[in-house]
Amino acid sequence: MTRISVTVDGVDAVDEVEPRTLLVQYLRENRGRTGTPVGCDTSNCGACTVLVDGRAVKSCAMLAVQADGAEVTTIQGLSDGELHPVQRAFHERHALQCGYCTPGMIMAAVDLLGEVDDPTEQQVREGLEGNLCRCTGYQNIVTAVQDAAATMRGAS
Amino acid sequence: MTATQAREVGTARRRKEDAHLITGQTTWTDNIQLPGTVHAALLRSPMAHARVRVDASAARDEPGVVAAYSGADLADELAGLPSAWQVTPDWVAPEHRPLATDEVRYAGDAVAVVVADTRAHAVDALDAIEVDYEPLPVVLDMEQAMADGAPLVHGDAGTNVCFRYADTFGDVDAAFADAPVRISRRFVQQRLVPCAMEPRSVLVAPVPAAGEYTVWSATQIPHFVRLFLAMLSGVPESRIRVIAPDVGGGFGSKLDIYAEELLTFALARKLGRPVKWTETRSEAFQATIHGRDQIQDLELAADADGRIRGLKVDLLADMGAYLQLLTPAIPLLGRAMFPGIYKMDAYRFGCTGVFTDKTPTDAYRGAGRPEATFAIERMLDELAAELNVDPLEMRRRNWIRHDEFPYAQIAGLTYDSGNYEAATARATELFDYDGMRAEQARRREAHDPVQLGIGISTYTEMCGLAPSRWLGERGYAGGGWEAATVRLLPTGKVEAVVGTSPHGQGHVTTFSQIVADTLGVPFDDVEVVHGDTAAAPAGLDTYGSRSLAVGGVAVWRAAQRVRDKARTLAAHLLEVSEDDLEFSGGSFAVRGTPGASKSVQELAFAAFAAHSMPDGFEPTLSADFVLEPDDFSFPHGTHLCAVEVDTETGRVTIRRYVAVDDVGTVVNPMIVEGQVHGGLAQGIAQALHEAAVYDADGNLTTGTMVDYTPPSAADLPSFTLDRTETPSTTNPLGVKGVGEAGTIASTPAVVNAVVDALRPFGVRDVPMPCTPEHVWRALHDAQGGAA
Repeated sequence: MTRISVTVDGVDAVDEVEPRTLLVQYLRENRGRTGTPVGCDTSNCGACTVLVDGRAVKSCAMLAVQADGAEVTTIQGLSDGELHPVQRAFHERHALQCGYCTPGMIMAAVDLLGEVDDPTEQQVREGLEGNLCRCTGYQNIVTAVQDAAATMRGAS
Repeated sequence: MTATQAREVGTARRRKEDAHLITGQTTWTDNIQLPGTVHAALLRSPMAHARVRVDASAARDEPGVVAAYSGADLADELAGLPSAWQVTPDWVAPEHRPLATDEVRYAGDAVAVVVADTRAHAVDALDAIEVDYEPLPVVLDMEQAMADGAPLVHGDAGTNVCFRYADTFGDVDAAFADAPVRISRRFVQQRLVPCAMEPRSVLVAPVPAAGEYTVWSATQIPHFVRLFLAMLSGVPESRIRVIAPDVGGGFGSKLDIYAEELLTFALARKLGRPVKWTETRSEAFQATIHGRDQIQDLELAADADGRIRGLKVDLLADMGAYLQLLTPAIPLLGRAMFPGIYKMDAYRFGCTGVFTDKTPTDAYRGAGRPEATFAIERMLDELAAELNVDPLEMRRRNWIRHDEFPYAQIAGLTYDSGNYEAATARATELFDYDGMRAEQARRREAHDPVQLGIGISTYTEMCGLAPSRWLGERGYAGGGWEAATVRLLPTGKVEAVVGTSPHGQGHVTTFSQIVADTLGVPFDDVEVVHGDTAAAPAGLDTYGSRSLAVGGVAVWRAAQRVRDKARTLAAHLLEVSEDDLEFSGGSFAVRGTPGASKSVQELAFAAFAAHSMPDGFEPTLSADFVLEPDDFSFPHGTHLCAVEVDTETGRVTIRRYVAVDDVGTVVNPMIVEGQVHGGLAQGIAQALHEAAVYDADGNLTTGTMVDYTPPSAADLPSFTLDRTETPSTTNPLGVKGVGEAGTIASTPAVVNAVVDALRPFGVRDVPMPCTPEHVWRALHDAQGGAA
């Protein structure tokens, strides 16, 4: 077992974990952050995407021990009372159906908008290429991300 | 909307479902943590066909292990898996053990289970299980499976044929005898993997002293799960509660009774503590049902002007290694849909179900209708090409005209309503059909290496999967009704309890709109309860685009009953005749007497308090309705797709996609568009991206997301959608289903476009998926191998 110290959604904790524990397992099983789901076991689907020190990471592709000292933000810590503009836009634009890919999709979109504040449709499509959705056909996700970008530009 | 003030119906209400999904406050089955839960992991066969001897005992000594069993260890405690649709009297339905006892028949067939304190310990201990695999001959190809002397998937059955089915309508021989045009084609519907984003998961919590069980399952069909657990375990239904909590997509793959559900239930019963099993994605590829997988031989006879005389369809349908819940019925659900929207004199349908050493197939979005629609829409394009007629014009010459509905089509169905002319006119306008054809001509003339292809799909489909009598006549063990309860609560809020079980479709929002209009209450005052057999004991769940067309109508009927009851009470309290009351804005007012009225909220409390009621009036305002549908409803539409095909690389890019769908009356246009978007994506995925591929030994070589390539955002275009609205005549709301329409329509539209681009090169088919390799090979072959 290895001792790690991780801040998850603003809460600091020190935990003993097996070195093989994936970050997503740690988040779900040790920290109870089940808002981040697991969609595959080969790091292809992106459903488990979280922010580690502000950048999008597929949390099934990172060991918990690698997150030692890091600040992790999950979908459950993205908003503080008020919805994040990306969350709001996903609701307004019907960018989710079953919602299973949504936490990862939203976190990946937040990361993308940190990089590009006014993305074209193609930039959104390519920026979210690592996150699979089986319900929406992506069109409303693209629109939602562009809407959120406009909102965030207006606010800054 | 009949007899209802439509304020909500027709508006793009944002979904009530979203709040918890966008904030991660979800209840996926795997999220549920109960004290004392132990975790199950399954050992699966790496071989497609082998005799097995399994010794699980060594696993019991591994860290954290609570129990480990082979199939033989649990043989007395586990019943075989059910198949609920006996398609012919003499079908072959082999025993299907949740854990194989002596023989495995596909790679992924489970042979043993370990239960441990953590999932990691359970998985670790699988390595300690000893299995001797004695390889047996493998048969993967349907035609080889039917040949004399072929290896048998089920030796006891003596055959790999599950069933043979045939139907003839009209005089087929006469239709074909002297037909000026006869076209034969073979199309292959490749095997697909549904890939719902949430893997399956089951948690069973027993109360051993009471013999009671609560089951959470990532399923589309909690009511069926309860029924089958009861029938197969002997535990009374009344002691089994099945909950489908948040469910992350299904597309038919969660319309099943799975080995792991029976097994987890049996383990919880045996061990007396909560047991959870959650599949990995790799397991899902092997052990969750696959879809499609047909070889279609078609022959079409026509007059010289293209008028269709007759159609012959001969299918081979791959069952996989076993029959799951509806496996043999899936190809037969397409039986009556091969004629599509076209008139013809005669039709013959034949289908042979075949066992192979592969994952079982079952319902996947569309379930038999996509296959049928693909075949007829491809054939219409082939007929048009043969006669050098524009494929849209060819369709016009054959389709049912809008003034011919209801139309009794050749295969015995009565199409309720439609207007193919209107949908096509709108689609061609949005698509700029003539402009695209002009560009195509220019590119052909210029020998542009990137050619333009235009594909058409004028589809219809049958949705609702009912009436019950129709299902019974065809060998299905169940029915097609749906149940709803509407309760006006003492505070004036409304609870609608429904038997459908959504997993992304937005039932809570849609049904709230229907109830709000019927009772005149605010949208936000309606709650919809679903997916829990304790709260909603009656229901037949969600599949086949039935939830609105059947379940939504049941909700409306129940709400109407509540309103009728409220009217009776209002008349009593206002001391007038019911005929003197006018219902508007959620209030019963006495005609001609300003101020004399009772709101439904007032009536709700009055009915709860029950201080003053008419004779025989039952307290509270609540009503049930179980709806038995009159018939299917038939959505339709015209989809137009333009693709660019790079003749040097074989790469296909969708340039424009226009879908004009007619799904009858629309309750929530935003949700309808979302359903179409997602349906298009899955149909396009079949056309261009996805295929389950096995190697010669029966290993699934496309067993991960990266190998199977479900499309990402970067692989798909934006779609242009519009609608026409021709109300259904088989239900009073005029609604039709929309869940599968996009998938059914889009696959032939895309493939027709690809073939259209390449016709000048002599190509007349490209096998799906139309990957660069398949396109390049088709071009190469058409040019005599000299490309």
